[in-house]
Parts: sequence; structure tokens; C-alpha cells
Amino acid sequence: MQKPFYFKIFLVAALLLGGNIFAKENNHPVEESKGSLKAEIKEFIGHHLLDSHDFTLYTVDEEKNEHVGFPLPVILWDNGLKVFSSSKFHHGASVAEVDGNYYALNHGKIVKTDAEGTISYDEHHHATNEKPLDFSITKNVVFILLVAILMFFMFTKMAKSYKNSALPKGMGRLLEPVVLYIRDDIAIPNIGKKHYKRYMSYLLTVFFFIWIINLLGLTPLGVNVTNNIAVTLALALLTYLITTFTANKNYWKHIFWMPDVPVFMKLVLAPIELLGTIIKPFSLMIRLYANITAGHVVLMSILGMMFIFKNWIGSPLSFGLAFALSLLELLVAALQAYIFTMLSALYFGSAVEEHHDH
Amino acid sequence: MEIPTIVGAGLIVIGAGLGIGKIGGSAMDAIARQPEASGKIQTAMLIAAALIEGIGFAALFAS
Amino acid sequence: MDKLIEQFSFGLFFWQLLLFVGLLLLLRKFAWKPILNAVEDREDGIKNALEAAENAKREMQNLQADNDKLLKEARAEREAMLKEAREIKEKMISDSKEQAQAEGDKIIKQAQAAIESEKKAALADIKNQVGNLSVEIAEKVIKEQLSDKDKQLKLVENLLGDIKLN
Repeated sequence: MQKPFYFKIFLVAALLLGGNIFAKENNHPVEESKGSLKAEIKEFIGHHLLDSHDFTLYTVDEEKNEHVGFPLPVILWDNGLKVFSSSKFHHGASVAEVDGNYYALNHGKIVKTDAEGTISYDEHHHATNEKPLDFSITKNVVFILLVAILMFFMFTKMAKSYKNSALPKGMGRLLEPVVLYIRDDIAIPNIGKKHYKRYMSYLLTVFFFIWIINLLGLTPLGVNVTNNIAVTLALALLTYLITTFTANKNYWKHIFWMPDVPVFMKLVLAPIELLGTIIKPFSLMIRLYANITAGHVVLMSILGMMFIFKNWIGSPLSFGLAFALSLLELLVAALQAYIFTMLSALYFGSAVEEHHDH
Repeated sequence: MEIPTIVGAGLIVIGAGLGIGKIGGSAMDAIARQPEASGKIQTAMLIAAALIEGIGFAALFAS
Repeated sequence: MDKLIEQFSFGLFFWQLLLFVGLLLLLRKFAWKPILNAVEDREDGIKNALEAAENAKREMQNLQADNDKLLKEARAEREAMLKEAREIKEKMISDSKEQAQAEGDKIIKQAQAAIESEKKAALADIKNQVGNLSVEIAEKVIKEQLSDKDKQLKLVENLLGDIKLN
């Protein structure tokens, strides 16, 4: 029973690694001023945090623009759908020409440019070029998709194992306590026994999604999906939408016309409460984003220190520190998933809370 | 003289750190007093800490 | 904040929303519902089994109590029956004793009556026998004496004289 599943994982890994052979490129050297080591590390961290349009596993030679990885499709909406391979950018070194339009990469973003690839900047060092709507399958999208597929197979397999016996087999043994924990310690206490079933699917999906994708961010693959504000915004938006659309009369009454307070206070409280409904998911979004970003920045900075020290005391020290921090990040990966799920459940609970006599 | 934003960031970190520290300390006291309620206390502690953390991060990004 | 807005990628937002909602719907249909239902069924099953066991235990206890009660009743009944039997026995014995007494008395009376009547009969018989014997003796005596006429006449006269005496 287990073999096909492992085989799938093996297949995915083989696909990921096998891509190297075909995708090895040796392209135009970049003319970049080589700064000090510190600046280089800083730039590397900055680059690491960004999404990218091609899947780079590691860089062989920065000078020669030699990377190991494979290109991903770029999908643009710029007066019509434009689809091309990201290999046309040559890792940002060249301008891609599609249907007479020229596109270039500027800090991981695609901007419209001319044939020479000139990018004009304003006083805040932001590019002023026109930005086409970018629906590209970026590295992060690939990983979201991978995690989605992985979760789908993992949990449908677990669901199937219940058909034969009351106890799950294989992965289910590991996952069932987590599922039960979410149900018994997150959903039921916060939402209540009456309504919790409606929200279980969302809570479970969001918990496992954030957890798995956070854990993947700690692998040397170098993806950090949840450190994109777009991803956390999408998740927080779903929490907000579910809260808003499943809320009962009591919830809205407490927002617009707080009971048992003087009329003047009601008028004061209404905008505050209304703002609160938006601040709640906003804080969810910022928290997840900031925790993962901060974790990655600190971890990579400490790793970078290894190359700055380059001696027998500093480097092992920073290695040990990085190791300890990695363990902490493992905890943070689960903790942030837990907090996100917990607070979502709390907001859902407030949305369906029955009227109590105060 | 303009105060650099990094000073503001430092202040935010001090404030958030103090707040989370206070929550953690109080939670420890509470657990010591009622070890049987440690599960509930931990949950409440995490939520409170997360809320402060959220505000801290929001302020950090605003600075 | 500017950095955040600068970094925001609409494409990633779009894909995340699309893929996540897709995953959510798929998992809800194919994973969460079956898993949660199975777990719930199992928990219900365990709960029911526990309840059934508890009920069985209680029933068992009731049964035990019933049994004890029945046993006690049976014992009491047996006791009562034994007592009754003993009473009946005693009564029967006394009754039969009385009856026997009465019977015995009756038999004795009958026997006495029989003895009386036998005695009378015997007496009567003896009288007859004695009469006959006396008659025979008398005959023999008379036969001897009556060998002559005078003696006969004298005897007749004597006899007659006796009869008169009778």
C-alpha cells in the first residue's frame, strides 16, 4: 500500500532534480559591481526572500550567470494573454521579446520596457515602467500547487484507509491526532459544539497548508511561500470572508449597535468595531508574513556570518546558532499555523455566537 | 533633527518584548498555581502573545 | 509599508486564492468529510459500546439482585413448605393415633361382645352337653335299674317327682 505513495514522491523528486540536466545554462555574464561580502550576503538574502520566475536550485557561477534549475511559464495580461517561458529572461540578464513587446525583470517583477531594457526609476528608487498584470507560474505558485497535490493525495489516502477499518493506516496514524487536536482543542472550544462542523474543512485545510508550506520553506529548496504578503493576504481574506458571510444577527448587532451601552457610546463604538473586523484579518496576514520573513532573515544572516568570520571560532559558532535557530523555526512553522487556525476559529466563533443575556 | 526610523523600530521591539514577557511570566505564575489548567493557560497565553506580536509587526512595518 | 505594497504580487495572490479554494473544496469533499465522519462514527461506536457495557453491568447487577431475591424467596418457600409438611405429618400422626385408638377400642368392644356371646353360647352348649350327658347317664342308670318293673315304676315316680321340682 505504501509503495505507490513513496513512488510518487520519488517521481516528483526525480522530476525536480532531473530538470537540472536540461536546464543548465551558460549565458551572458552580468556586469554587476561586486560589492563587499556583507553587501553580497545582504543581496542574497533579499533575493532569497523574493519570488522568482524560474526555478533555481543553486547558482554555479554568479559571474557567468550559470544557474542550475529550470524555467517556468510566464503568463502576462498586457492587452491580451501572453505566455512564454521564463528562460527568455536568462535569469534577469536579458530582455524578453514577445509579440513586439519587451519585458524585463526588475527585482523579481516583470516590467514593460523597450528593446534595450531601460528601466527608469523615481526618487524612491522604484521603477516607473508600466507593469503588466502578472499571472506567471512562479516558483511559489509551483510550490503552492505541489503542496496542494501532496495534501490532496495525503488526505484522500487517509480518508480511504477509514473505509476498511475504524483505525487509519500509515500516514493517517500520524495525521489523525493532529486532525482531532484541531477539532477538539481549536474548533470546538472557540466556535462551539453547535456550529463547528461548518468551519472544520477550512480550519483543517488552512492549518495543514500553512504548516506544510512553512516546513518546506525550511528545506534547502529555498522556497518561502508564506513570506509573500500576497499569500497571507489571500488566506486572511478567506478568513474575513467566511467570518463575514457566516455571521449571524447577533454579530452584526454587536458591531453596529452595541447593546447595553448608552446611545452616544453606540455611535462611538460602531466605527471602531467595524474597523476591528478588518484589523483582525489584517493582523493575521501581517503576523504570518512577518514571522516567516523574520525567521528566514535571521537564519540566513547567521548563516552568512559563517562566511564573514571565516575562522575556527566564529564559523562553528554561527553554525551552531543557525542549527538551534533552525530547530526554533521548526517550532515557529507549526506555531504560526496553529495561531492562524486558532485565531480564525476565534473569529468564526464570534461570528456565530448566540445571544447571551448580559 | 529627524529621528531615524530604526529608533522607532527599537522602541516597538522593546514594547512588544516587554508585553510578551509579561504575558509569559504571568502564564508561568498561573501554571505554577494551577498546573491542571496549564493547557487552557497556554492557549490563552499564545493568543494574547500573538495579538501583541501582530500589533508589534504592524508597527514595525509602518515605521 | 511601502515595501509591502511594492512587494505585493497580484499574480501570486490570484494563484494562491484559486489553488487554495480549489484545494479546500476538493479536500472537503474527498478527505475531511469522510475522515471526520469516520472518526465521529468510531467515537459514537466507542461511546455506545461503553454505554452498552455499563447497561449490561447494571442489568447484571439487577439480575444478581433478582437472583438473590428469588433465592431468598425460594428458601423461605421451602421453609414454609417444610413447616407445613411437618405440621401435616404431626397432624396425620395424631389423627391416625386417635383413629387407631378408636378402632382399637371398637375392636376391643367387638371382641368383648364376641367373647360374651361366645361365653353364653359355650355355657349354653355346656348346659346342653351336661343335660345330654346327664340324660345318657340317667338312661344308663335307668336302664340298669329298670330291669325290673318295680324299679321302673319307682323311677318313673321319682322322675316325675323331680320334674315337678323343676
